[in-house]
Amino acid sequence: MIRVEQLNVRAGAFSLHNVSFEIVAGEYAVLMGRTGSGKTTLLETICGLRRAVAGRISLNGRDVTERSPGERGIGYVPQDRALFLTMTVRENLGFGLRVRGDEVSAIQARVENLAASLGITPLLDRKPHALSGGEAQRVALGRALALAPGVLCLDEPLSGLDDDTRGEMHSLLRAIHAQTRATILHVTHHIADAQQLATKLLRLQDGGVREEPAPLK
Amino acid sequence: MLGGTYVALIAAMVLADIFYISPSHLGKALASREIRYAIQLSLVTCTITAALSLLVAIPLGYLLARGNFRGKALVDAIIDIPIVLPPLVIGLSLLILFQLKLGGQSLESWLTRMGFPVTYRVPAVILAQFAVCGAFAVRTMRVSFEQINPRSEQVALTLGCSQAQAFWRVTLPEARRGVLTAATLAWARALGEFGPILVFAGATRMRTEVLSTSVFLELSVGSIETAVAVSLLMIVAAIIVLALLRFFAAENLFHRGRP
Repeated sequence: MIRVEQLNVRAGAFSLHNVSFEIVAGEYAVLMGRTGSGKTTLLETICGLRRAVAGRISLNGRDVTERSPGERGIGYVPQDRALFLTMTVRENLGFGLRVRGDEVSAIQARVENLAASLGITPLLDRKPHALSGGEAQRVALGRALALAPGVLCLDEPLSGLDDDTRGEMHSLLRAIHAQTRATILHVTHHIADAQQLATKLLRLQDGGVREEPAPLK
Repeated sequence: MLGGTYVALIAAMVLADIFYISPSHLGKALASREIRYAIQLSLVTCTITAALSLLVAIPLGYLLARGNFRGKALVDAIIDIPIVLPPLVIGLSLLILFQLKLGGQSLESWLTRMGFPVTYRVPAVILAQFAVCGAFAVRTMRVSFEQINPRSEQVALTLGCSQAQAFWRVTLPEARRGVLTAATLAWARALGEFGPILVFAGATRMRTEVLSTSVFLELSVGSIETAVAVSLLMIVAAIIVLALLRFFAAENLFHRGRP
């Protein structure tokens, strides 16, 4: 569950005022809004990468407003994927597990399991610069899923993909949602993403968030 | 056409040096105890200077690339000072700093009492090189960190890293080519440094003589052939370092594309 209450955020000259919304546990929420409306700013604040001036953020009933990003238990996929360029796909997937101090054999098993479910097993020993956009997106998703987070924050995860790859990614995201039952907040400005994926539709406009009826598939 | 003339001028200068001396001059220079000491001291001091430059350039470059703090413009401008100041002025400023009496004693006299005299000794050579080369290394590291996607570090934070862990595990490895470039550049600058060393460390044979000082000392006693031979040694060292620099820069360019 993601609950945002009276959130105020400032990012340079831009600001969000008294933003409030709630996403029930296990929902797939799509947040839409025009370019520059503050979607990424809001997502970064929920992830703990940007400080809130005022307000409260709770995840699964726990107030995380003052918690560090790592303590929030969020899987984050930024718009540009931001894969770790010096690491192989295998190392990217296992990064969070290594930081947590998991045993090597457990990391290996989890990475192979993730790679199989995302269809990237043949890519495990490649470096990010040798991946296509769709492949890089799968790796970024796998890296975020490695720690089995209760909440997933996806920032324009399908940007820059061709129509076929987009369709494949819709199916993959639906499968991930069904499998993990994580609460997902997916930021996009493509209505097709909302039509394909959303169980809840939110719109960010004029510095505030309002709920809209979920679009028909 | 004008560009070609400039390239031709540089090539002509190097060729003139090569044709001015014979291999025997080079052999004579290399046989000289003083020149061998200068080569040794140059290699040691340049390497220490490069290491010290990296030590300050990595945190400072990162802070300037990523940080948003009060006084950033001032810090940025201060780092430009060694780049724009005439080298002699840097040497003179170092000399004044170490001799200036505050509370009845100078920094130099305090350091001497502590058993670590600096002025006109080897540490002065390193400090004179470092005062200039550090600035170039900081500039290089800043550009290198600016080219790295800050989001990688943010993702690392969400995966449980502290700020320091994210830097060591993600950002610094991605900046490794920049680190090598900064070290190479600092090393090469240190090799060519002369003005500040002359003023702050002096030009005493078998003590503070580095290769650039050797050229000056040989010229001042009219031994032009030896001066040119030492210059050639420096040109060879500089070419090797520049080739390494080009290699690292090319690799940087190759790896810049992001998924």
